[in-house]
Amino acid sequence: MAAVRERKGARDGTGDMYSVLLPTYNERENLPIIVWLLVKYFGESGYKYEIIIIDDGSPDGTLEVAKQLQKIYGEDKILLRPREKKLGLGTAYIHGMQHASGNFIIIMDADLSHHPKFIPEFIKKQKEGNFDIVSGTRYIGNGGVYGWDLKRKLISRGANFLSQVLLRPGASDLTGSFRLYKKTVLQKLVDNCVSKGYVFQMEMIVRARQFNYTIGEVPISFVDRVYGESKLGGNEIVSFLKGLLTLFATT
Amino acid sequence: MTKLAQWLLGLLLLGGVWATVTFDLLDLDPPPACREVFWPLPVYLLVAFGCYSLATIGYRVATFNDCEDAAQELQQQIRQAKEELSRKGMRL
Ligand SMILES: Nc1nc2c(ncn2[C@@H]2O[C@H](COP(=O)(O)OP(=O)(O)O)[C@@H](O)[C@H]2O)c(=O)[nH]1
Ligand SMILES: [Mg+2]
Repeated sequence: MAAVRERKGARDGTGDMYSVLLPTYNERENLPIIVWLLVKYFGESGYKYEIIIIDDGSPDGTLEVAKQLQKIYGEDKILLRPREKKLGLGTAYIHGMQHASGNFIIIMDADLSHHPKFIPEFIKKQKEGNFDIVSGTRYIGNGGVYGWDLKRKLISRGANFLSQVLLRPGASDLTGSFRLYKKTVLQKLVDNCVSKGYVFQMEMIVRARQFNYTIGEVPISFVDRVYGESKLGGNEIVSFLKGLLTLFATT
Repeated sequence: MTKLAQWLLGLLLLGGVWATVTFDLLDLDPPPACREVFWPLPVYLLVAFGCYSLATIGYRVATFNDCEDAAQELQQQIRQAKEELSRKGMRL
């Protein structure tokens, strides 16, 4: 028994550990499901992991739900690093990373649009080419979306085409935020990225190319959130264009 | 060099070649047929690029995968997760 467990615990024999950062704001319905899925897929693939939940004082009681999950799955697997109030996504990653003990960091949304089943594929890809970053992509291969109408697809493809032409970033999904990083690489990127919010994801991948980091890609299916509502939106297009032009002129 | 600078440099080079031939700045006396072809070239290129962009974006929108199966799988897993979590004492 012990031998079996030991073999499973260190299946890849490298001692690699993966810290998943889950920023949450009003995700009380999604959080239990995403954590359950993470535990399921990490359990099946046998990689060492921890889940770090960064809740920004959600009024819907997300933190309470997180505490229950911690009781069920253990304090070594679920780490709570809450903050008092909503301080934004970019700083949530930085905050979470400071408490991460893995040598790899996985960043994903907690709203179920990023499915944990792709994480073992990310890890496999990373090992294949010793990539500094593995990025999920909706735009190539079997990647795709669910729940998008024609208009949204058109905007998404148009925006993606424009940014490919202007920035030539060497990655097909600039605005996606489902990625795996070497911890040292993420640290360096975070230290050098200046933009806030939505543009942050874009800047990370563009700076990565500047620093000659290698990027692997894994096609993902992006399923629109089932519960709750998106906190971004509204002037998303305007801030995208602003961010794009800023990066165009400065990198 | 920033991407903006790279673009400006590229446009400047192309524009330079174009102006040289069109206005015969170096007095090379290129055959009239050559100049005839050259002067509307920027317009051709622009139109070609526009067509290429529209075709590419159109094609990609049309072939954007709808992940029906992924959505169904997720729905099923949501049910499974809720069941198992409430069995473990979670208040959902
Ligand atoms: N901690 C924290 N999480 C946030 C904040 N804003 C958004 N999130 C989380 O970040 C993820 C992505 O946000 P979402 O609203 O779905 O953005 P969208 O997918 O681009 O529409 C979700 O897990 C949110 O709960 C914030 O200010 N603080
Ligand atoms: Mg979302």
